[in-house]
Amino acid sequence: MSETQTLIMEKEFAQPAEKLWRALTTPHLIAEWLMKNDFEPTIGRPFQLRMETPQWSGVIDCKVLAIEPQKKLSYTWSSMGLDTVVTFILTPTPNGVQLRVEQSGFDEAHARNFQGAKFGWQSFLNKLEKVVGGL
Amino acid sequence: MQPSPDHIFKSLADPTRRAIFERLCRGGEQTVWMLTDDAGISQPAVSKHLGVLKHAGLVTDRREGRETHYSAKPQALAPLLDWMSMYAAFWHERFDRLESLLNRMDQ
Repeated sequence: MSETQTLIMEKEFAQPAEKLWRALTTPHLIAEWLMKNDFEPTIGRPFQLRMETPQWSGVIDCKVLAIEPQKKLSYTWSSMGLDTVVTFILTPTPNGVQLRVEQSGFDEAHARNFQGAKFGWQSFLNKLEKVVGGL
Repeated sequence: MQPSPDHIFKSLADPTRRAIFERLCRGGEQTVWMLTDDAGISQPAVSKHLGVLKHAGLVTDRREGRETHYSAKPQALAPLLDWMSMYAAFWHERFDRLESLLNRMDQ
């Protein structure tokens, strides 16, 4: 098994799942909360998220992996030399909807490609973290 | 201009550069010649790698007579070490925007 790191974030919204789903999948609404984009809800379709801030390279290359209306949306997220997968999971609650966002480090194909580099990286970064921590 | 994380990643993707950088982190300031002795590649090749590391902000150089001395700037790695927390902060901020958008959609 290759090791991947996953970031998990959750938040409950007071609106129904249907409304959240629209905000996650309609380009002009995505632009309002996430980034400018040419998203299209079709599996396998590449799209781009664009942002202009000093910390970011500007363009995030994505591809739709999964769509289950009002339940799940998943797409690849490639930026700054790293390939991750972002998954949105919607669960209705008595008061609205729970949104869970998971951003996982590497998909399987990339885990294979990056394995050597990644393990080298890990020990390298661990060592350097100590160096940086000592500054 | 601040080097981007992309530059830092690319410059460290090469194992030889990683080795050179690590050697500078451990051993402190060194000349190209000292590094070439250890690297097992030619001096121009080492210089080229050092140029890439310098461009990424990972090393600095200091001229002394005919010799150039290189030293590591491991603090340049901070953006990489912070990568996960950077995204956590990013999503928190975006969730707030999403909430405000959903509230506006109510109207």
